[in-house]
Amino acid sequence: MELLLVLLVGLLYSSGIYMMFRRSMVKLLLGLLLLGNGANILIFLMGDLAKGQPPIIDEAEKVFLGSYADPVPQSLILTAIVISFGLQSFAIILLKKVYANTGSDDLDSLNVQDKDI
Amino acid sequence: MTANILLSPILIHMITAVICLLLWQKAGPQKLISILGSTVALLFSVMIFGLNWNWGSIVVFAGNWKPPYGITFVSDTLSTVMVLLTCLVGFAVSIFSTSAIGDSRIKYGYFSIYHFLLMGLCGTFLTGDIFNMYVWFEIVIISSFVLLTLGGKRMQMEAAVKYIAMNMLASVIFLTAIGILYGLTGSLNIADLGLKVKNIENQGLVQVTSLLFFIGFGIKSAVFPLYFWLPSSYHTPPSAIAAIFGGLLTKMGIYALLRVFTIIFQPDQFMLQFFSVIAITTMITGALGAINKKSIRRMFSYLIVCHIGYLIAGMGLYSTLAFSGIVFYLIHDIIIKSNLFMMTGIIYKIRASTDLRRLGGLYKDYPKLSLVMAVIMFSLAGIPPLSGFWPKIHLVTESVAQGKYLVLAAIIFASFITLILIAKVWAEVFWKELPKPNPEEVDKFKPLSVTEKISLVLPIVFLAAISLIIGLNAGSILEITDRIANEMMNPTLYIESVLGKKI
Repeated sequence: MELLLVLLVGLLYSSGIYMMFRRSMVKLLLGLLLLGNGANILIFLMGDLAKGQPPIIDEAEKVFLGSYADPVPQSLILTAIVISFGLQSFAIILLKKVYANTGSDDLDSLNVQDKDI
Repeated sequence: MTANILLSPILIHMITAVICLLLWQKAGPQKLISILGSTVALLFSVMIFGLNWNWGSIVVFAGNWKPPYGITFVSDTLSTVMVLLTCLVGFAVSIFSTSAIGDSRIKYGYFSIYHFLLMGLCGTFLTGDIFNMYVWFEIVIISSFVLLTLGGKRMQMEAAVKYIAMNMLASVIFLTAIGILYGLTGSLNIADLGLKVKNIENQGLVQVTSLLFFIGFGIKSAVFPLYFWLPSSYHTPPSAIAAIFGGLLTKMGIYALLRVFTIIFQPDQFMLQFFSVIAITTMITGALGAINKKSIRRMFSYLIVCHIGYLIAGMGLYSTLAFSGIVFYLIHDIIIKSNLFMMTGIIYKIRASTDLRRLGGLYKDYPKLSLVMAVIMFSLAGIPPLSGFWPKIHLVTESVAQGKYLVLAAIIFASFITLILIAKVWAEVFWKELPKPNPEEVDKFKPLSVTEKISLVLPIVFLAAISLIIGLNAGSILEITDRIANEMMNPTLYIESVLGKKI
């Protein structure tokens, strides 16, 4: 299971970075999306996977005896997902506006203002 | 219970922002609320600074969850100084905004987003939890996205794509670093991490994580290979927004670097060498980039990059004297950079241009205003006894003492270029005869009402007076920065105050 997730994280990061190198704005956004998802799964993976062991203490016990699934990474991921949702929806609207303004999806067409020093 | 006062700057800015949201479309009341809110926040931040100075760090446990479990808010001297500066600059820019920002922008939520931005900054400086710091970072960047794009001009849109792509990338890298660090230590509390990171067996992985933090914060603070988004976006929004960005946003990255690399990671010889190299290249590229710019706002954007180099150089030197120097520089730089961009705003209002070739004769038309601007620019260049001079002495002394002559050369080179540019701006904008104005280049400053003029000029005079006081009263500022440097060199002070026990 870990190995599978490790491969998935690697795949998401590499494809995300590859997409960011493309000239198309939409691909840039998709790249950022993939990177964000890769980071979330990485956090999940770093919290040591434990299958079917909810972090609930038995009534009879005072402390955890066995191993249990760490709830902290999951709450971190939840927070990160919410934040990236907000950022991504903003970015999508922005790209739509940029496309409406410039009529182009090419990142190189955005350097008009950089020519005048 | 009394410790809860630590959260007041965050809460006051939040409440102000919410009230401004409720007054949607009503420009007049929003201006009043904004000034009121920033004044109250300023008073509270002064109080927190005083409390911290006299009685030591204040620690608040959210929900009374003791560390390392809950989120903690901690004030040490560095964070209270940063909060004080945020509220100070926030106050000045808030007054400046009332007449520098058009009513159409204000109606669509300028002030509420502005206060959310300040709230995020205060939160970043006060939090004692690395993941919470990430959340505050996100609040700051999403507010800055909105401020950058508000108005929707084509130029702003172009700049925003670069700005947003780089900042989102920086956040992902920061998040990755947090994830790995959590996997290694099982903790998120900065103080607790400081204890646990030392005991990790695989120090190679720790090194990689620290580099990830450096890249994430480095993008935000615009250091050498990662700075290019800054000069291509900071000249596009209105000057009030550029003032708050230029003064505070890059310094937030520096603050995070200082925190992470003094408490969590202890940089080894390789990292220090690495910081020095980055510092030297940042100073040189920033200075060279600024030289050939014809627009003063673009020039000042490159100067931000150049002066970030000083701060990284101090981290490369890593000693009490160097830290004292860079904290002093941080205090000076936040005030002066915000003021510089507000000043550019007034020049633009007067001449309707920021192009050096189109400007001129300002000293003849506005002699008193020009003198205030002279104070700002001379402190930027670091002419003694103004505020930019004192921190550089520390940096120079320390780099000589450690034999890092390349750092010394870069510091002197960057200061020299800054001086040349200031002389150039002074000659071109203030002394040169005004070229025959184009029809659209009319003075929009003169017809303003007296209150509008005051609200534009007062913040500049206020911040210029503060940098003058800092320069003339350097002794007491050095007392503060020496204490901060001492705290930074002895991270156990911070760790003990958070965990509440001897280690």
